[in-house]
Amino acid sequence: MVSQWERTNPFVSVLPKAPTGISGLDKITGGGLPKGRPTIVCGGAGSGKTLLGVEFLVHGAAEYDEPGLFLAFEETPGELTMNVASLGFDLERLIADKKLLIDHIYIDRSEIEETGEYDLEGLFIRLGYLIDSIGAKRVVLDTVEALFGALSDTYILRSELRRLFNWLKQKGVTAVITAERGDGTLTRHGLEEYVSDCVILLDHRVTEQVSTRRLRIVKYRGTAHGTNEYPFLIDRDGFSVLPITSVGLDHQVTEERVSIGVPQLDDLMGGRGLYRGSTVLVSGTAGSGKSSLAAHFVHAACQRGERSLYLASEESRHQIIRNMRSIGIDLQPWVEAGLLHFHNARPTASSLELYLTITNRIINEFQPQAVVIDPITNFNLMGNPNEVKAMLMRLIDNLKSCQITTMMTSLTGGGDALEQTEVGISSLIDTWILLRDMEANGERNRLMYLLKSRGMPHSNQLREFLLTSNGIRLVDVYVGAGGVLTGSARAAQEAQERAAALAQAQEVERLRLNLERKRRALEAQIAALRANFDAEAEELYRIIDQQAAREQQIMTDRADMARHRTVYSTEPDGGESGRRNGI
Amino acid sequence: MTNQAENFQRAMEGFFARPDDTHYILSLFITGATPKSTRAVKNLIAICDRYLQGRYELEVIDIYQQPERAQKEGIIAAPTLIKTLPLPLRRLVGDMSDEDRVLAGLGLRVKTNV
Repeated sequence: MVSQWERTNPFVSVLPKAPTGISGLDKITGGGLPKGRPTIVCGGAGSGKTLLGVEFLVHGAAEYDEPGLFLAFEETPGELTMNVASLGFDLERLIADKKLLIDHIYIDRSEIEETGEYDLEGLFIRLGYLIDSIGAKRVVLDTVEALFGALSDTYILRSELRRLFNWLKQKGVTAVITAERGDGTLTRHGLEEYVSDCVILLDHRVTEQVSTRRLRIVKYRGTAHGTNEYPFLIDRDGFSVLPITSVGLDHQVTEERVSIGVPQLDDLMGGRGLYRGSTVLVSGTAGSGKSSLAAHFVHAACQRGERSLYLASEESRHQIIRNMRSIGIDLQPWVEAGLLHFHNARPTASSLELYLTITNRIINEFQPQAVVIDPITNFNLMGNPNEVKAMLMRLIDNLKSCQITTMMTSLTGGGDALEQTEVGISSLIDTWILLRDMEANGERNRLMYLLKSRGMPHSNQLREFLLTSNGIRLVDVYVGAGGVLTGSARAAQEAQERAAALAQAQEVERLRLNLERKRRALEAQIAALRANFDAEAEELYRIIDQQAAREQQIMTDRADMARHRTVYSTEPDGGESGRRNGI
Repeated sequence: MTNQAENFQRAMEGFFARPDDTHYILSLFITGATPKSTRAVKNLIAICDRYLQGRYELEVIDIYQQPERAQKEGIIAAPTLIKTLPLPLRRLVGDMSDEDRVLAGLGLRVKTNV
C-alpha cells in the first residue's frame, strides 16, 4: 500500500540540526539531532530514554520555538508530567501554551483480535492530526516498540514502522524514537535498521557497585560526531552529557606567569613562577607536605583575586582549613569571600566518569582560575590505571582549554619509584615538583626538587623545605662528601661552619693586631730617630749660632780695636794680629 | 456513542437475554477507499448479515475524514472494528478476512486458536 504521505525527499545539501538543548549532547553531535529526520534512542530499562525525549521537546518548545508532540505508549500524560516535574520541567505550562502536546496511546493486548491484514494508518492519522494541531516540529515516540507487545504480526509491524519513519521524514519533523535495547542488538526489534540517520545508545552500567550512565552516538549519517562513550548525568537539572570538547591539543597558551605561592619556589622556576594554565604535579610520600603546598597555591591565587577550586578527596573542607592554619595559611576568609570553593567527595562515591562530569560541571559553574586536585591517586580506587589516566587526561585537557592553572597532588607509595606517578600521568603535566622525605641521623626531613618544568629555565637544586608557622620555607641543603645534609645534620654543619668562620675571624684579628703592633714599633723607632736627629740639629744650630755670634763679636771687637789703634798707636798690624792669635 | 445510560441498559439486557437476542453496536474505522478498507467493510457486512441479522448497528468511520474520532477512540491500526456492545469491549483489527477470528472477537464463537 502506498501512503498518501509518501513524497520525494527534498535534497538537503547541508545537514541542518535541531539542537537538543541538552548540555554536552549538542557539542558531540555538532549541533543537535538531524533536523527533520528520525533519531533512535535506545537503551535498557531506566537508562534515561524517556527523559532525553522529554528534554528534547521541552528545550525545543521553550528555547527554540519548536512545538513538540510526545506520544507515550507506556506512561500516561499525568504520570509523565509528574515524573519530570521532579527534574524541574513544568510540562503543564508548556501544554497550556500550546507548545507541547502529550498523547497517550493505550493498547491492551486482551482487547485486540487480529482478523486479517491491517496497517498502522490509524497511528499515522493520529500523529498527523496531533502534529498539525500545534504545528509540532519535534515528535517523540516513547516507546514505539510497545506495539510489538500489542500486535502479533511482526511482519506488518516492521514494514509499518519503516513506513512510519519515512513518513515522519516526509512530514519534516525531527523525531526521537525510543527503543529498548535487545540482546546483542541495539534495539529489541531491530528498529535501527530502518532509521539510518542517527542512533544514540544509552547505557547504564554498574561496575564494582558504582553506576555510570553512558551515551554513545552509534551512527550519525552525514555528520562528524564524537564516537566515544560519554558519561552523562541525570540530576536536579535533568540530562547532561559530559562536555569533553577538547579532544584536540589546540588550547591557547599564555606567557603570563603566576606565583605558586612560595616565593622561593618561584625563584627556582626562573624567578617568575608557573605559566598560567599549566598543570603542576606535586608528588611525594605520605606527609611530605603536598597538601601544604597546595594550600599555598590556592592562597596565592585568592590573594590575586582569582577564584580557586579545591577538589579534595581525603579531607573535609573544615579539616583542611584547620590544618592549614597551623602553617599560617588561613583559607577561611577566601571561602567566605566566595573566592575559594571546596568540593569534597570520596572518590568511591561515584565512578570516574561521573566524577569527571561533576567536576567539569563545577568548573563550568564556578569558573575558577586555579584548581587543586588533592590527591589524584585516590582515583585508583575507582578504576584501573588506564581508565584513570584517560579520565585525568580529559580533565587536564578541559582545564587547559579553560586556561586554569592546576595543581595535582600524587601520593607515592612506599615501594614505588619516586619519579613515577602511580597513575602514570607524568607525560601530561608541565611542571613536576617532587617532594621527598630524607631519613638520616634518626630524623626525616623534607626535600623538594623540581623534576621538570616545561618551557622555563629551572633550578637543578635539591632544596630542603621547612613547614613553619609562616608557611613553607626553602633552605639550602648542604651537599658534601657525606651526601646531602638536612635537618639537624645541616644545623650541625652550619654550627661547624660558623665555628670555623669564627676561628678564622679571630686569626685575622690576631694578625691585624700584630701588624699594628709592628707598625707602632716602627713608628716609635722613627720617632726616636727623628728626636735624635732633632737634638743633633738643635745642637748644630746652636753651635752655628754661637759661631755666628762670635764672629759678629770679633768683627765688633776688631772694629773697636781699629778705632783704638788709629787713636793710640800707628802700628798697622802688630796689635791686631797679636789679638787675633790670642783668641 | 449514544446515550450511556441507554447503552448500559442494553448491555444488561444483553447479559440476561438469550445470546441470539443480543444487540450489537459496532464501529468500523477505515482509511478511505483503500483495498484493505473496502475488504473490511465487505467482509464485516457479510458476517454481520449472516450471524447478526437485524440486531446490529454498524457505523463506518473514515478516519481520513474524521481524524479526531481516531484520536478519541485510540485507533492505531486500520481497519479497526470496535465492538462497544455487548461488553466486553473488543477491538478487531484487520480486513476481517479471517471469519473465525472475527466471530471469536465478536463473542459469537469460542476462540479455537490463539
